[in-house]
Amino acid sequence: MDIKTMEQYASQTRRDIVRMVAAVSSGHPGGSLGCADFFTVMYHRILKHDPENFTMDGKNEDLFFLSNGHISPVWYSTLAHAKYFPVSELATFRKLNSRLQGHPSIDKGLPGIRAASGSLGQGLSMAIGAAVTKKLNNDDRYVYVLMGDGELQEGQIWEAALYAAANKVDNLIATVDYNGRQIDGDVEDVLSLGNLKQKWQAFGWETLEVDGHNMEELVAVFEKAQSLAGNGKPIMVLMKTEMGQGVDYMMGTHKWHGSAPNAEQLESALNQLEETLGDY
Amino acid sequence: MEKEIKILGEKDTRSGFGEGLHELGKTHPNVVALCADLTGSLKMDAFKADFPDRFFQVGISEANMISMAAGMTIGGKIPYTGTFANFSTGRVYDQIRQSVAYSKKNVKICASHAGLTLGEDGATHQILEDIGMMKMMPNMTVIVPADFNQTKQATIAIADLESPVYLRFGRPKVPIFTAPDAEFVIGKADTIFEGKDVSIIACGHMVYKAIEAAQELAKEGIDAEVINMHTIKPLDEKAILATAKKTGCVVTAEEHMINGGLGDAVAQVLSRNTPTPQEYVGVNDTFGESATPDELMAKYKIDTIDVIKAAKKAIARK
Repeated sequence: MDIKTMEQYASQTRRDIVRMVAAVSSGHPGGSLGCADFFTVMYHRILKHDPENFTMDGKNEDLFFLSNGHISPVWYSTLAHAKYFPVSELATFRKLNSRLQGHPSIDKGLPGIRAASGSLGQGLSMAIGAAVTKKLNNDDRYVYVLMGDGELQEGQIWEAALYAAANKVDNLIATVDYNGRQIDGDVEDVLSLGNLKQKWQAFGWETLEVDGHNMEELVAVFEKAQSLAGNGKPIMVLMKTEMGQGVDYMMGTHKWHGSAPNAEQLESALNQLEETLGDY
Repeated sequence: MEKEIKILGEKDTRSGFGEGLHELGKTHPNVVALCADLTGSLKMDAFKADFPDRFFQVGISEANMISMAAGMTIGGKIPYTGTFANFSTGRVYDQIRQSVAYSKKNVKICASHAGLTLGEDGATHQILEDIGMMKMMPNMTVIVPADFNQTKQATIAIADLESPVYLRFGRPKVPIFTAPDAEFVIGKADTIFEGKDVSIIACGHMVYKAIEAAQELAKEGIDAEVINMHTIKPLDEKAILATAKKTGCVVTAEEHMINGGLGDAVAQVLSRNTPTPQEYVGVNDTFGESATPDELMAKYKIDTIDVIKAAKKAIARK
């Protein structure tokens, strides 16, 4: 998919996100909006996958794990527009008997999802496991995982970081949504991550950086990541984003991490986001 | 009222796990093993030596081990994780909950050194809450085999069960009384002695204590039925109801807290169907301490004599 079309998809996904959380007065719009460009590029340009024939094992396909499961709205919208399930199902988000749980789950069989996430810090370990199995199966595709930056405060992340480097899990391409914000405030104030790039490098990871709102750069960085795979090092992409990107009053603050807009705020948000593919 | 049983030797149940895992290495190419720096203690050396490409040393990183094992199932592997019972459950409860059980991943959590019989290392390592934690978890199967042979057979049997499993075993050498070729049927209790006066339902190391107790009781003319309830979940309700109907009173025996263990599970079945006098042999809401396994079983009242006393008390309540 070309950049211009992907920008249309990202705009529609941003509309979906604010409409989904507003409809149930709950959910996490901030990080979801910040990752809309990333998800669009992954699912329409980077991943080798088969949305209409989803299998749990995903043999000879790329696998994607979302570790910071609270940004489920952006994932659900992206999966739906990539044809994993009907776009109309987005209307069931967080409602009784829905496959679109507040945090991602495989419990009700939503295509595109291979593991539950929400309790933070577990996705990198799962992705490592899946990557190791791909190697055992002589499957040469990649395993991708997205984590939040606040999530890196979880100790398990660093257990996993050690393991992947020590065991040369080099078919693994991890991304951190580096927006600098978490529920209680700025990451710097809550618990500073220090020099994140140097930390990952010191842990033995090939570490790249990208502007998470520049689609050309996003495509380029993941193509580069693929070219670096197989060299004995796991790959980390530190992706700078703005929480709430695309909705002016949600940007520059942590306040929309886990709060839904009211009717008036929703209208203001939708006025800033072009309807490109049709609302669900 | 013959209460005779053939003792085939004495070995630790963890060695049964090690042998079972090694056997699976030969028969099940998708079985992989992960260990958090306790390869020798878990008796995983033989698997590691003969199947090095399928053995994953994760270091002292149990959380990473559990979630990684869950990830390894994607693509068809059957991961067996190995560490002490304390670090297999309490330390990683949330990883088991989200990555394994809720995500329906085919991971076998294999836990050694469970309970007081870990001995001298003391209470930090003597977990007595693990059966409770694991049986409360939706989607989880919980198995506590009784001796070396049964632990080996259970290790092999769970490979063909598409489900998360918690397999609990221990450190000390204990008598072997199940046949080496006895089929292990998940969820089906084994009756060791038939009896008519009292039912002793036990799991793990307490099964042999129950056997000894039944033999002593027989000398006093008390005819005890002994049931090896090796699968705590799914629980063999039919066997529980049948034995309760036959004897009219029950003793449960486990190397675990009374709160939340086998006894609680049995009591739920009885109270819903046929309220029956029940006595509990288990640890009563306290941590353990350092000593030999035998000293600890005596002090914390999970010894043969405690099973005997409980049986008499249960009979008196009929």
